Amino acid sequence: MEEKILFELDSLYRDNMRIKGYCFGGGEHSVCVVGAARGNEVQQVYICSKLISILEQLESQGKIKNGKSVMIIPSINPYSMNIGKRFWSTDNTDINRMFPGYDLGETTQRIAGGVFRNVSDFKIGIQFASFYMQGSFIPHVRMMKTNFEDIELAKDFGLPYIFRREARPYDTTTLNYNWQIWETKAFSIYTNATDCIDSESASEAVNAVLSFLNKQDIIEYNCHEGYISKFIEGQELVNVKTSTAGFFIRRASVNAKVRQGDLLAEIVDPYSGKVIDSICSPVNGIVFFHADQPVIYSHTPLYRMIPTDDLG
Amino acid sequence: MVQTIASIGLPIDETLKIQKNRLVPHNQLKGNEKRISIVTGTHGDELEGQYVCYELQRRIRENYDFLTGIVDIYPALNPLGIDSITRGIPGFDLDMNRLFPGSENGSMPEYIASRITEDLSGSAAVIDIHASNIFLQEIPQVRINEFSKETLVPLAKKLNVDYIWIHSAATVLESTLAYSLNIIGTPTLVVEMGVGMRITKKYGDQLVDGIFALMKELGIWSGEVSEPKEPIISEDGEVSFINAGSSGVFVPSIQHWKNVRKGDHIGDILNPLTGGISETINAETDGIVFTLREYPIVSEGSLIARILS
Repeated sequence: MEEKILFELDSLYRDNMRIKGYCFGGGEHSVCVVGAARGNEVQQVYICSKLISILEQLESQGKIKNGKSVMIIPSINPYSMNIGKRFWSTDNTDINRMFPGYDLGETTQRIAGGVFRNVSDFKIGIQFASFYMQGSFIPHVRMMKTNFEDIELAKDFGLPYIFRREARPYDTTTLNYNWQIWETKAFSIYTNATDCIDSESASEAVNAVLSFLNKQDIIEYNCHEGYISKFIEGQELVNVKTSTAGFFIRRASVNAKVRQGDLLAEIVDPYSGKVIDSICSPVNGIVFFHADQPVIYSHTPLYRMIPTDDLG
Repeated sequence: MVQTIASIGLPIDETLKIQKNRLVPHNQLKGNEKRISIVTGTHGDELEGQYVCYELQRRIRENYDFLTGIVDIYPALNPLGIDSITRGIPGFDLDMNRLFPGSENGSMPEYIASRITEDLSGSAAVIDIHASNIFLQEIPQVRINEFSKETLVPLAKKLNVDYIWIHSAATVLESTLAYSLNIIGTPTLVVEMGVGMRITKKYGDQLVDGIFALMKELGIWSGEVSEPKEPIISEDGEVSFINAGSSGVFVPSIQHWKNVRKGDHIGDILNPLTGGISETINAETDGIVFTLREYPIVSEGSLIARILS
């Protein structure tokens, strides 16, 4: 294993910010894994640390295939992590909205540019991402429709679902989008935690990446091959919103199989304790996402359902 | 008449309302009156537009008989952000100006964005007032995406600003309020002036003069207006950027909106710990400084100034 400093930023009063890459094997730049881009993505760093530990062991056993290399970057935003802030410590910009970056631009453009210079020539890019709303997902591989996405390759992660959605204008400055435009096969992996450590879900993500590397003949590793992934398009999901605000009492978790009319959640008046709204499933289906804030605004999407009559 | 265009229940005994004030002529409306919409407060730390909303209404009320069209004033598109001194939408940490045109079925911020877009649609002109951010000071200017310059430059010239910057199109900017309205045929001018968290009364008065000139041009105001100043108009190629090469405390040695010659001293980046100068910044071109760093602490890459050649 080689530890490399990929980008370093001076600071007036803080220690320098260093973005580090952990490199395994040699030869072609096969796979790059990026963990946290935001300061609250603790789970994403945790998953990377597990991967680094296992890959170091595999390398010492000679189980990284000749001519292949893997680089893991646990965090591209350690400054924000150390002060508990999601976005950039001074101007609150999002590094994951600054790609491909610009060496002569603003600070976060330079950080993105420094990262992208080091990751853009990898054949495959994997990012552990997080959602802007607090909540949990069924672990899945997420892709944007760019005409460069590779659904078949995504199946090698063995996660339960592969989710594809339309790219929006503000997606064009993300790492994932730019990787694709620059001909890296890019995948985002979502697990059901962000600002806390969920060991079970982290293990699932680690297993998915190792299984993928094994199937791509990059490492030699015996592991559970996972699921036969189901492919879903963004527009297939059914959003379930609340029209009332209050305490959000969740009655169904991710992966729950529910029938049309089944209770998903109750909204409770925070002062009187009365149930003011009952949220029921509009379809037969599986819970793909649920919000998990204790209190919610009206017009909040609480659940995203995969409609299916195949409820086992 | 104050109207609510979007209403969202908050969990603990509060309703979030996006409101506008509509001023209409005293006479019976004929139905073909033109409408100008003044919007501001998308970013909760930009306050220059607050004074403009007040002053415009004060002057209209002084001579109400001259009002011949409809004036809609939206002082706070992001009320929670203004209240909490937060640039984005608190609770979501989202930049509201990357959510347009919004979605009726989306999350709370997307729903609000869709209601705002719908309500503004059909205006003869929308003036979207921004105030830079807390880091930079801007001369009153209108920024126009090159795709809409044919329609917007003639309107912008009425606004009595010092400068019109026609910038190149970027896909990421397609999520802004201005782009979303311009693309559906509602002419929308983005004004940038002053600095975040402050009110520069002089700039506010200057813009209000310009809004009256534009209202007169559109047939919304029949009273006397001042002649708008002739703005400098430029495209991207004539704008050069100066960014910090090191971290420290920036102390300028020039004034905002002043001419500089190549080699002139713009300022220094100081290191208060060592007592040294980390970087001396000089102009790399002749021109006029229309953007100048306001917030002293800088990192490598922080924007120090923009110079128009």
